Amino acid sequence: MTALLKLADVSKRFDGLVAVNQMKFDIKKGEIVGLLGPNGSGKTTLINLISGALSPSQGSICINGKNIAGKRADQIARAGVARTFQLVRILPSMTVLENARVPAAFGAKAHRGSEIDRIALTHLKKVGLGDKADMMPGELTYIDQKRLELARALAAEPEVLLLDEWLAGLNPSELQDGIALIKELQSTGLTILLVEHIMEAVRALCPRCVVMNAGTLIADGPTNEVLANPDVVAAYLGDEYDA
Amino acid sequence: MLISTLMFGLVLGGTYALVALGLSMQYGISRIMNLAHGEFMIAAAFCAYVLFDFAGLSPLVTLLIAPLIGFGLSWLIYTVMMHPLVKRAANRGQLEADSILATFGLLFILQGIMLVVFGSDFTSYSYLNIPIDIFGVTIAVSRVVAFGLSLFLGLVLYVLITRSRWGATLRAVALSPASAPLVGIQVDKVARQAFAIGGALAASGGVLVSMFVTFSATGGVVFTMKALIVVIMGGVGNLLGALIAGLALGVIETFVTSYFDPGLSLASTYLLFIIVLLWRPQGLFGSVRS
Amino acid sequence: MTRTVLFAIAILAGLAILALAPAFLGEYGLGFMVSLMSYVTLATAWAMFSGPTRYISLATVAFFGIGAYTVAVFNETLPYPFVLIVAISIGALLATFVGFATLRLAGVYFVIFSFGLAELVRQLITWFEVNITGTLGRYIFLPFETRHIYWQLLALAAVTIGIGFWIRQTRLGLALKVIGDDELVAAHSGIALARTKVLLFVLSASLMTLAGAIQSPRWVYIEPAIVFNPTISFLTVIMALLGGATRLWGPALGVIPLMILFEWLSASFPDHFSIFLGAMFILIVFLLPKGVLSAVETRLARLKREANA
Repeated sequence: MTALLKLADVSKRFDGLVAVNQMKFDIKKGEIVGLLGPNGSGKTTLINLISGALSPSQGSICINGKNIAGKRADQIARAGVARTFQLVRILPSMTVLENARVPAAFGAKAHRGSEIDRIALTHLKKVGLGDKADMMPGELTYIDQKRLELARALAAEPEVLLLDEWLAGLNPSELQDGIALIKELQSTGLTILLVEHIMEAVRALCPRCVVMNAGTLIADGPTNEVLANPDVVAAYLGDEYDA
Repeated sequence: MLISTLMFGLVLGGTYALVALGLSMQYGISRIMNLAHGEFMIAAAFCAYVLFDFAGLSPLVTLLIAPLIGFGLSWLIYTVMMHPLVKRAANRGQLEADSILATFGLLFILQGIMLVVFGSDFTSYSYLNIPIDIFGVTIAVSRVVAFGLSLFLGLVLYVLITRSRWGATLRAVALSPASAPLVGIQVDKVARQAFAIGGALAASGGVLVSMFVTFSATGGVVFTMKALIVVIMGGVGNLLGALIAGLALGVIETFVTSYFDPGLSLASTYLLFIIVLLWRPQGLFGSVRS
Repeated sequence: MTRTVLFAIAILAGLAILALAPAFLGEYGLGFMVSLMSYVTLATAWAMFSGPTRYISLATVAFFGIGAYTVAVFNETLPYPFVLIVAISIGALLATFVGFATLRLAGVYFVIFSFGLAELVRQLITWFEVNITGTLGRYIFLPFETRHIYWQLLALAAVTIGIGFWIRQTRLGLALKVIGDDELVAAHSGIALARTKVLLFVLSASLMTLAGAIQSPRWVYIEPAIVFNPTISFLTVIMALLGGATRLWGPALGVIPLMILFEWLSASFPDHFSIFLGAMFILIVFLLPKGVLSAVETRLARLKREANA
């Protein structure tokens, strides 16, 4: 089976600093992969490169064999990549439903008319916001805002979903809900790349992990093996390694 | 002819650079796009004119007074007008829009006051208008003095900002106002200082320009526009870039006005601006990062 | 449904009354109404682009002036409708160019560019006329009386507000709302930022050009300094902001009080005009950052909450 998302030799330099250095890995369709690494290791930069918020200095990023490296964020979104943000970004002047309508109208499928509302509502229900569709996002609790961001990403009906620390900042019971929600998404066949610091969530969700340190790939394999890898342990030592 | 155009251009460019440095401080560090910048300059030019014509005070003395007034006034304006906008703004975009509108209002108020006091006629005075010969070009001493002082002030500022500890805090705020407080920098204080220094530089530029150029109460806008273009060309926050871009602009403009048509001076500035925007939007010499 | 019908009837009735205005007003009153309709068009068109994007365009008079000047150049050689088409084409072409050069970048580049665009166009036209054609200053001979110009501008104002209403119903309107809220989210949701902004800027500029073209016969004699008067740009901005640039009816609402105020000011305090203009800008930024309409709505909502509590 061919890879859905394929990174080859992806690098990003900011002036002198190399933030991402020749990253290379594949993700198959339906796979859920954890992207790990200590703070400042380049995880969010990599997410930004895949989603088009930044363009790589070199290398190729392919979705279904089509190179999207260097394309604009909106083109990449239409090619089937959706994301959430490390710090929640909701559209404050639009209702919850309107927030979710946006990618349904402008994403890969570019739905029209009443179909937009249907898609938006379906995904709001999926994350448990079905009864809050008419509220303003500012009135939502933090976890519900995170849910809304997820629903908005899903309403784009993406091939690949990039979650940037989506579970961060949740309390223990919310965390369990969040993990269950992502599991459910995966069972529908969605491909997910997930940046996460909470090892409990990584173990529960990701059979496979990719680890970065100082912009470079240091491990790629089954989660248990990767977390036992001495390089990974060394990279995390003194950081938030709580496994 | 070629050399004289080049020299006249450099003299003009020196003052452009100085005024642009002021704008670069205000926009790059205080995050305020000050559209009334040119009015500060013109006000200082009038100040030099009044003191010279009525009190017999040399513009070189005014050059010591006007920047102090410019500094104080800008300090006050930042505290009273800009600080509330900075505090209110939810993001950079909103602050930009708000500051543009507020300083736009300031532009009209200052311009209006100068119109009421001085009228709309062009003004000039004659100081050190003694011709001397440099490289076979006859040039007024006032121009040479103005050029020398512009470069001197610009370089002093450059050295202060790149070499001193105080300059490092300024650069830190320019780079990242969000993380500067983490290392103990009071962003608000630094922003106010930078804004006030910007005002002082505009005032210095105004006094120097008044020594060899005719000016009028409504002329500030054009200077602001040119200063803005110099800032963009040099790279936002890049002081050396602004210095070089200012000189370049002065030279190009002088070439266009003497070889083509004086009516096309702004058009030439704009052409340059468009080329920079299309070719290197980060500025000819890069942004403050590098 | 009945509400929509009632609303439509109210608008038609309003239009009909406005269309009858020439029957009641003298030459001075009608001249005032011509300016009023012109500014309603300009302010609404300005807000169409600058409201959602927050890019403060100071280029209004560049397009307005191009419209007027195009009529001055072609009014004797081309039939009137063609002159209008030529004017719109030139305005739209310039807007496309300016848009693509500046709107891909941060907003401030656009503001700076728009700041001097009118002056640039004025210099270029003046240079061209003096050096190439040798005719600075042109006459417009069109068989229009003030009322004819008024009716055309009334129709244009109505069409402009209509377009504003229509955009809000379309995908373009949704895209703009998202861009206004958060550009990054907009891009990652699949909205092409630059294309959307340029499209809207061109639309807005075309309407401004048309306003200048239609109003131009009022002058009879035209030269660049007359039609590229920067005050028009500044007044447009402040009118739109006063009413509220993000609301459909906001800009139109801002035009009326400011027209009356500035008419009075320029008659009573001609020398202090720009001081008042400056003070208005500062007052609006500090007291009514979202415009009168929003302020009133917030106040009403608070009163309602207090009544319920």
